[in-house]
Amino acid sequence: MVMPNRIVVGAHYGWRDWLVQRITAVVMALYTLLVLGLLLWHGGLDYAGWKATFGNELFRLATFVFMVSVLWHAWVGVRNIAMDYVKPVAVRLTVQVAVIVLLVGYAGWTIQVLWGGA
Amino acid sequence: MAALDRPAAKPRPVYLNLLAIRLPLPGFVSILHRASGALLFLIGIPLLLWAVQRALASPESWAQMRVVVAYPLGKLVVLALAWAYLHHFLAGIRHLLMDLHIGMELPSARRSAAVVFVLALVLTLAVAVKLW
Repeated sequence: MVMPNRIVVGAHYGWRDWLVQRITAVVMALYTLLVLGLLLWHGGLDYAGWKATFGNELFRLATFVFMVSVLWHAWVGVRNIAMDYVKPVAVRLTVQVAVIVLLVGYAGWTIQVLWGGA
Repeated sequence: MAALDRPAAKPRPVYLNLLAIRLPLPGFVSILHRASGALLFLIGIPLLLWAVQRALASPESWAQMRVVVAYPLGKLVVLALAWAYLHHFLAGIRHLLMDLHIGMELPSARRSAAVVFVLALVLTLAVAVKLW
């Protein structure tokens, strides 16, 4: 393909979000398959089974990477929704700040769930 | 003057009547991708964190979490989130394939949209069978 000879202006934020959305999607898909595989392998998990699974430091780390991907992916998606539907700038900014605070809170909750009770 | 030959400027911006638009299937799958994502953000993330926390805290909290999820309303919420996850997952895979220039032509794009929509519903039905 012949690349058009033109100068692209702008800060390229869109390109970064596009890439982030895809990388985090692949991470989440792989983790989903991992958990599905675990469930099928064990034929469902009871309390002791989950406790043992989450007792594995590698699984906890994988879960953390998954949750960071979820939260980052959610930020890009919700921000796009806000940009499309919330027209007044003040309201949109408020919504975006609220979403950021919520997602950071979820990140803290995730760390607490994974390493708080160890 | 050449400018006078042009048709009169249309009033802009154009506000579309969303209820009057007959959306093609790929467009329908696309808006469901967005709606399911919003649902997963609003309810899915906090519920997942709560459930995992309860599941790991103690045998009692594990049993308590199972009871809450087994209520009819709890099952409905789990089912709705299962559909949202499945649809969002499958529609996302379709996007990733299109990024690799797979299935870009209109007939295959329509077909894959139908596959995403139907497969998500079929798998959701399987989850419903397992729940009830």
